[in-house]
Amino acid sequence: MEPKVIFNHHLKNVKPSVVGKFLEIANEYKEIISLSVGEPDFMTPWHIRQAGIEALEQGKTFYSPVRGLLALRQEISDYMFKRFDTLYQPKTEILVTVGSSEAIEMAYRTLLNPGDEVLIVQPSYLVYEPMVNMAGAIPVIIETFEKDGFRLKPQQLKEKITPKTRLLILPYPCNPTGAIMEKEDLEAIAAVIRETDMLVLSDEIYAELNYSEISHVSIASIDGMRERTIVTSGFSKAFAMTGWRIGYACAPEEIISAMTKYHQYAIMCAPTVSQFAGIEALRSGAGDIEAMRSEYNMRRRYIVDRLLKMGLSCYEPKGAFYVFPNISTTGLSSEDFCEKLLKQKQVAVIPGNAFGECGEGFVRISYSFSLKHIIEAMNRMEEFIQELSQG
Amino acid sequence: MEEVLQLLTQNARMTNAEIAVLLGKEESEVTQIVEKLQQDGVIKGYHAIVNYEKLSHIPVFALIECKVMPKAEVGFQEIADRVMALEEVDSVYLMAGNYDLAVFVKGKTMQEVANFVAKRLSTLDSILSTSTRFVLQRYKQNGVILEEKEIRDPRSMVL
Repeated sequence: MEPKVIFNHHLKNVKPSVVGKFLEIANEYKEIISLSVGEPDFMTPWHIRQAGIEALEQGKTFYSPVRGLLALRQEISDYMFKRFDTLYQPKTEILVTVGSSEAIEMAYRTLLNPGDEVLIVQPSYLVYEPMVNMAGAIPVIIETFEKDGFRLKPQQLKEKITPKTRLLILPYPCNPTGAIMEKEDLEAIAAVIRETDMLVLSDEIYAELNYSEISHVSIASIDGMRERTIVTSGFSKAFAMTGWRIGYACAPEEIISAMTKYHQYAIMCAPTVSQFAGIEALRSGAGDIEAMRSEYNMRRRYIVDRLLKMGLSCYEPKGAFYVFPNISTTGLSSEDFCEKLLKQKQVAVIPGNAFGECGEGFVRISYSFSLKHIIEAMNRMEEFIQELSQG
Repeated sequence: MEEVLQLLTQNARMTNAEIAVLLGKEESEVTQIVEKLQQDGVIKGYHAIVNYEKLSHIPVFALIECKVMPKAEVGFQEIADRVMALEEVDSVYLMAGNYDLAVFVKGKTMQEVANFVAKRLSTLDSILSTSTRFVLQRYKQNGVILEEKEIRDPRSMVL
């Protein structure tokens, strides 16, 4: 009998990402400047790499405890308390994961049942929505707008809540918009959330890349929110450690225990060597974060200035390393704009609709690239816009 | 002020307007800072970093290590003053270690540098001995790699 491959129907129904299609075209070009990448251009700071090397030298190559090395969880606990005023017990309320991606996935797997509704703020990281589908739950999109600085407003949230709502995905600082939620914004939505029994998954992976004068505020630090919030974060963006694949989830004991059960069967543990590097990052990496943030901040100001001079409307991003200009005045769709820019000027940026339908009319430009390259890319983009307006 | 200085150290041709954008300041404020840095002598000049290998006549660079007899009262200052007045001399540093003055010179030919050492430098009365080291290859100058290879972005496009 012939084998019959039957795919999981949730997976089958997930549409391939717009980005995937686009990157395929991008790969054909040689002189391309790609401002499309979602990871730091910095190398992991040397002392952190060295901690990884030492762990290898000392043969620390075994599985770690399921929840992660206790020393690392202790560091995460201290860090979360010092930076964000949220206290998590290292032994029971923290799970070390394979990147924050796994933390998000574990939260979905643990907390969602078929038919549950998950509120997803968009434009946002393009993984949230398909993964909710794959978990068998129903994504409910809340659109945010340029005029609101892409912040989530309490009224918008209220309108989408139903008895089936289980979870709100809060993606701030936001990829791709660069939006942040300040304390007052969070308090306003917390007031709505506290009236329900829903939970919040706060993806705070870009927490350290915040360019406003007040540093990142975690929704878990707002009254009555800690007990209903799962904070996910990781080392990738703050410490330029994407390839090390370590992140974590912090949440009340009951939730972390359930996530740990899933994580134990599916993953076993995060890479041990990376965890040793992570300990070093949290112990002595504050200066590295500051240096990288200051470099990103210069690039951010530069790109926004250039885009405004090109005549585009552009929300000034306050976090992450993306700018999300409005290109609708060019008369092109996001995908056409990106494809033409790529073909004519060999500059790659990502169409905004990849991050949700409401991202149509925008493009995402990443500034995790050297200023030299950014200047050249902006020169080319300016030519492109001028040529468009000349027809 | 330090941020302005850092940017100018990386690229002295950056305009005040560009610096202002990068640092989120007003252009007038940056102009004031740059003028003050110049007036106070913090910024002493702006030079091009030249890759001489690209030119038809490649000059000769040498480091001359000088042992010096310091003089009472003035120490090394007097000899340093005399050495730095010589126009062939690019840089002069007082060093800790086996010798005292590091003198960097640029000449048209090796012979020219040799003549300079023999006739002008080693004849100065407090110079006890000199040791001339010719530069064979310049790889990096003032933080700039002279023959930079284009490095491909090692990042994979994942999402």
